[in-house]
Amino acid sequence: MSAVPLWVARPAGASAAGWLRTVDHKEIGVLYIGMGVALFALGGIESLVMRAQLATPNARLVDPELYDQLFTVHGVTMMLLAVVPLLVGFANYLVPLMIGAPDVAYPRLNALSFWLSLVGAIVVYFSWIAGGAPDAGWFSYPPLAERAFAPGPGVDYYILGLAVNGAGTIIGAINLAVTILLMRAPGLRISRLPLFVWMTLVTSFLILGAYPALSGGLVMLFVDRQLGGHFFDPTAGGQPLLWQHVFWFFGHPEVYILVLPAMGMVSEVIPVFSGKPIFGYRFVAASSVAIGFLSFSVWAHHMFAVGLNEFETLLFSVTSMLIAIPTGVKIFNWTATMIGGRIRLLTPMLFAIGFIAMFVIGGLTGVSLAVVPLDLQTTDTYYVVGHLHYVLFGGTMLGVFAGAYYWFPKMTGRLLSERLGRWHFWTAFVGLNLTFLPMHWLGVQGMARRMWTYAADTGWGPWNFVETAGAFVLAVSMAIFALNVVRSLRGGAIAGDDPWDAFTLEWTTTSPPPPENFRTLPAVTSRRPLWDRKHPEMRDAS
Amino acid sequence: MIARDVRPAAPALDRTILGMFLFIASEAIFFLSIVVAYLASREPGLADARANLDLGRTAIFSVALFSSSATVAVANARRDVRWLGATMLLGAIFLVGQGSEYARLATIGIGPSSALFGTTFFTLTGLHGAHVLVGLIALAALAAATTRRTRGVGPITWEAVSLYWHFVDAVWVVVFSVVYLGTFL
Repeated sequence: MSAVPLWVARPAGASAAGWLRTVDHKEIGVLYIGMGVALFALGGIESLVMRAQLATPNARLVDPELYDQLFTVHGVTMMLLAVVPLLVGFANYLVPLMIGAPDVAYPRLNALSFWLSLVGAIVVYFSWIAGGAPDAGWFSYPPLAERAFAPGPGVDYYILGLAVNGAGTIIGAINLAVTILLMRAPGLRISRLPLFVWMTLVTSFLILGAYPALSGGLVMLFVDRQLGGHFFDPTAGGQPLLWQHVFWFFGHPEVYILVLPAMGMVSEVIPVFSGKPIFGYRFVAASSVAIGFLSFSVWAHHMFAVGLNEFETLLFSVTSMLIAIPTGVKIFNWTATMIGGRIRLLTPMLFAIGFIAMFVIGGLTGVSLAVVPLDLQTTDTYYVVGHLHYVLFGGTMLGVFAGAYYWFPKMTGRLLSERLGRWHFWTAFVGLNLTFLPMHWLGVQGMARRMWTYAADTGWGPWNFVETAGAFVLAVSMAIFALNVVRSLRGGAIAGDDPWDAFTLEWTTTSPPPPENFRTLPAVTSRRPLWDRKHPEMRDAS
Repeated sequence: MIARDVRPAAPALDRTILGMFLFIASEAIFFLSIVVAYLASREPGLADARANLDLGRTAIFSVALFSSSATVAVANARRDVRWLGATMLLGAIFLVGQGSEYARLATIGIGPSSALFGTTFFTLTGLHGAHVLVGLIALAALAAATTRRTRGVGPITWEAVSLYWHFVDAVWVVVFSVVYLGTFL
């Protein structure tokens, strides 16, 4: 018996036309993940060029115009075009399997949302060969993003691309939410949902609340740029700050859209590799809902420096600190799950523990940025860049890698190499700390973000060189992961249905699963249906 | 004795209807962002709005759109294509009314680029008008499918289309209140 990778086992055959017309949630999940990986690589290359430029003072590797385009497209890519498809791809693949459903609620809409997302990303990248990429930052603040100061077509491609991509993301979120709410297997009550599914549900609602605001903002920016409008034009009575409010009303929930699914992945991995059910299931689920609600009430902490009034400043400072509470609840739950468990330190677990450690650092610097006097000193410096990369690389990406090592065998039928996996983890761990930790003190010393170069007498050269070295260590780490995937697909160890002695429904079917997902479903009487079947003498109570 | 925990065979909520509700919720946030922008820009544009908007005329055309919510409800209840036709007619009358308002404003030099009022007015009402147009297309598609298909169209499709139409109508209640009533009352 040999396991065959999904793209060979798929019913439509391995033809390109088959991929174009597929409506199977697993195949669309793989397409999403492929898109996410490709764009992550592009965004990574952009960051390497930036790091190469910043490695030494007064460098002239790229000119300032190109540098502006690089940091803008890098941000747009990582925030919207790479990691969202990665996470949505995992959710697409896994949610029906984890809830015992044959597919998502609307398979054809599912295909539409993927293709819209991809076309949106292509439109953004097309700008590179169509007169210049967007260069006003990933948040494209007016007046800089207005026609007068960004006369090229870059910002227009940004508007168009993100609008199309966002439409796809919104449709995808509706699909996932309805699937989770209405298509669960008999007995799989909402209080028994796997936590990854819980967090996907919360994320779907965050997308539905946040992305339409971005679309609204994009329409206004489009009217200003293309129809001569005055929404953000102060000379005609318009308000540039209106854009910032609308954008960050989207932008801050977006951060949780990127983090919550990774938290969900970690919440699946840690219990299985600790041989225990999650500690405080209800708290982990409820704290996700709390994070979801709070994330819509913190947006103006991105705007402390613009001169909000005292009440607004206080309000957003307090709400931003409050959100640390449900986040902290999760950290304690994961840690408590490990205490007293039989921990298997395999690659998924390494990444999950790495996630906790790095996310705590990013979370704490996040709380420090909610402290207004500190924020006023460090806003728009590398301190913020360091903070957000600990959250999004140290957090989200390590979580995604935990999930990737955990579910890759389900998707392909083959295990990834543990040896290469450990190399991948440690190079990523070392690389990310080398790259992002010095950013904190460089920021405190006054190194502004988005600066193209710096003078030698600032003394920032050595630490910048360390950061650049770290970035290339990260690149090597990603190459190791790619090698691991390719080698495993060619001849990795056969995984079997349940390689990790796991708990949830996706491990009851074959690896990879058949087109209809399940031939038989175990009865669901608790949160761990597969555990119950394997260990009837130790069934879960609930 | 009858068991108490017998569940209904069909799920309480159809997936198409739930999806339509979620879609409408996301559309509501979209319109909310534009309405907030309109309100935030209201003061500088208020004099322009007072001088140029035609409350009476637009109120009459608005009545056409508001009544179309009733006709679509009847159409949905009876699965009757003629009532769909009436709904489409009322929706079209509304769009013609909007078009004539736009044309009148254009002749006195007010457009999206003329001043802040023009920008916010045309963006908000234009986006709503575009949604009315999409609703008309959906109604027409439903009518066409109902008359052409021998076995008709399922009740869920009727329900979903009429939900969307009600939403388009409800958005106009907000837009009309904010743009017209808010200017003159």
